[in-house]
Amino acid sequence: MAPGPDLLLQMYAGMLRVRLFEERVRELFANGRLPGFLHTSIGQEACAVGACAALRADDYVLSTHRGHGHLIAKGGALRGLMAELYGKANGVCHGKGGSMHLADASVNYLGANGVLAAGCVLAPGVGLSIKRRGSAQVVVTFFGDGAANRGPFHEGVNLAAVWTLPVVFFCENNRWASSTASSLSAAGGSIAARAAGYGIPGETVDGNDVLAVWEATTRAVLRARRGEGPSLIEARTIRWVGHFEGDAQAYRTKAEVEEGRRTDPLARLGRLLEARQLLDAAHAGRIRAGVVAEIDDAVAHAETSPLPAPQDALADLFASYPWSR
Amino acid sequence: MAVLTYREALNLALREEMRRDPRVFVIGEEVGLYEGAYKVTQGLLKEFGAQRVVDTPIAESGFTGVGIGAAMVGLRPVVEMMTFNFALVAVDQIVNTAAKIHYMSGGQYRVPLVIRGPGGPAAQLGAQHSQSMESYFYHVPGLKVVRPTTPMDAKGLLKAAIRDDNPVIFIESETLYNVKGEVPEDPEFLIPLGRAIVRREGTDVTLVAYMGMMYRAMEVAEELAPEGISIELVDPRTLRPMDAETIIGSVRKTHRAVVVEAGAGFAGMGSEIASFITERAFDDLDAPVERVTGANAPMPYARNLERLKTPSKEKIAAAVRRVCGTNGG
Repeated sequence: MAPGPDLLLQMYAGMLRVRLFEERVRELFANGRLPGFLHTSIGQEACAVGACAALRADDYVLSTHRGHGHLIAKGGALRGLMAELYGKANGVCHGKGGSMHLADASVNYLGANGVLAAGCVLAPGVGLSIKRRGSAQVVVTFFGDGAANRGPFHEGVNLAAVWTLPVVFFCENNRWASSTASSLSAAGGSIAARAAGYGIPGETVDGNDVLAVWEATTRAVLRARRGEGPSLIEARTIRWVGHFEGDAQAYRTKAEVEEGRRTDPLARLGRLLEARQLLDAAHAGRIRAGVVAEIDDAVAHAETSPLPAPQDALADLFASYPWSR
Repeated sequence: MAVLTYREALNLALREEMRRDPRVFVIGEEVGLYEGAYKVTQGLLKEFGAQRVVDTPIAESGFTGVGIGAAMVGLRPVVEMMTFNFALVAVDQIVNTAAKIHYMSGGQYRVPLVIRGPGGPAAQLGAQHSQSMESYFYHVPGLKVVRPTTPMDAKGLLKAAIRDDNPVIFIESETLYNVKGEVPEDPEFLIPLGRAIVRREGTDVTLVAYMGMMYRAMEVAEELAPEGISIELVDPRTLRPMDAETIIGSVRKTHRAVVVEAGAGFAGMGSEIASFITERAFDDLDAPVERVTGANAPMPYARNLERLKTPSKEKIAAAVRRVCGTNGG
C-alpha cells in the first residue's frame, strides 16, 4: 500500500498550503493585522495532510484549537478560513467562531473544539449516526498528547470500541501539553499503547513522515469502513513554534526546535519527490507560486470584507426560532 | 382524554415520536434492558430494538457527547440522565458544545437534542441526589430549559422538545412520576416551548411556580380563598425561553406577585422573574415582588431538615399575605 505519484504531489502541495498559510498567519498577527488567540501547526503538517489524504470527501473530521491545518487538509477554502480568522461577516462561520472554533460543513469539517478531547466524545456519536445510516463513512478526531490525559478521551475510545464504531482517534503527539512536557503528564510513555486497554489497534508512527501517516490512517480507515471498529494512531511530531502566538517558550530548549527543522516533514517529502523525479526546482516553484497567490487572495479578500452587522450578534443563537428574552 | 401517570405520559411521548420519526432514538444508562431507572423507557427496547434504545456505560460526559455528535449529523437523540445530578459531569459537552455549535458555526450545524431525566428535591436522597439543577442550564444562551409540572405538560412538551432543532434540557421530577392527570391521546398534541399557562385564575396576587412547588401553591390558593385572597397561578413550563408576557399580563391584572422556587434563592429563577416584573410592570405593582425560595444550603438528609430546605405552604401563604397586606399589619 503506497500512494501514487499524483497523491504524493497532492500531499506536497497540501503541506505547503498549510505551512505557508500558518507562516502568513503568524506574520499578520505579529504585525497587528490579525486579531484573536492563535495556535499554529507549523512542523505538524504531515499529520493533518497525511491523515486527511486517506479520507473520502464525505468523511468527517473533528479538530482542535490547533486546527487550521486540519481544515485546509480536508479541503476547506482559504478565503472562508482567513476571513473567519479576521472575524469578518463572510468568514466560514460568519465571524462567530474564530481560530479555535472553526467549522466548515461544505467539507464535512465538524469543527474545531476549544476544549481538549471534546472531539473524542463527539466522534462516537458521529460514528453511531454513520452506522445507523449505513453510509460507510468514517470520522477522524484529531487531538493532542495533552488531551489524551483528559477523561473524555477515555470515555470516547471506550464507547467507540464497545459499539464497534467507524472512528479513527488521531493523536498528534507534539511533546507538549501547552507548556508541560508530555513526559511529565502522560503516564506509560505511549498514547498508542492505551488502545490495548480497550481492545483496539494502537499504532505509533513518525508524524513527520507523511507517507507513514497516510499508510497508518489508510489502514485504520479501511478497518472502520469494513465495520471492524475504531483505531488509535499516535503520530509523533514536533511543534516548531510556541503553544500560542506570542508564547516565549522558555520551557523548552532551542535544540528541540532545531531538531524539528532538521526533520522538516515538508522538506523530507520534497527530497523524496525529487529522488523519484516527480518534482524539480521549477515545478516546486510553480506549486509555491500558486499557493502564495491563493493566500494573497485570501488575505486581500479578508481585509476588504465587512465586519458582521451588529444585528447579527443574536443571529443563529437558535435554529429557526423566534427568540425573545 | 386518557388518565395517565406523569411517567406514562413521558413514555407515550417517546413512543409516539419514535414511531413518527426513525431518526429519534433514546440513549442513556440502563434505558433498554432495565427499562430506565424510573421506568420512563418501559417497553421501548421491545418495540424499537437495541439500535434505537441504546444502553450506555456509566459515562455521562461520553454519552452526552455521543448525543451531540449524532445530532450534528442527522439523528435526533433523546439522552436520558438517570438523574440530572449526574449531568454535571457532562456540563462541558452541554454548555461548550451543544449550546454553542449552531451559533459559533454560523448556523452550519444544528443540534436537535433532548437531554431528559429527573431533577429537583426528592425524598431523603441527600445532597448529591436531591437538588434543583435548572439554574445551571437556563443561564446558558443556546439552551432551552423545560420543567413540566403535569402529565399533560410532560407529554406535550417532550414531544415539542424532540421536534425542536435545538438542544433542550428537560428536567422531570422523581416526586411527580406517579402523579395522574388527563393527557390528550392525539399523537399531534404538542405544547409549544416558551408558553406559560395560567393554572388558576385569580384577582389579588400572581403566584408563579412550577413542578412540586406548583402543587404546593395550588393548595395554598385553596386554603387562602376563604380568607378572601384570590390567587392567580402561573406556571412558566419553559424556563428558557421564558414567556414573560403571560406573567406580566397576570401581574398587570393582580398588581402583586410572589415567585416560588425549590432551589436556592441566590441568583435563582425567582430573581430573574422578580427582575423582569419590576423592569416592565413597576407602575402596576401595589407591593414589592416577593420570592419564596429554597434555603442557601445543600439538601440535608434528615427528614425534618429536608422539610426546612424547600418552601413550605406556610412560607408561601405568609408571602402572599404580606404582599396583600393582610398579615395583621
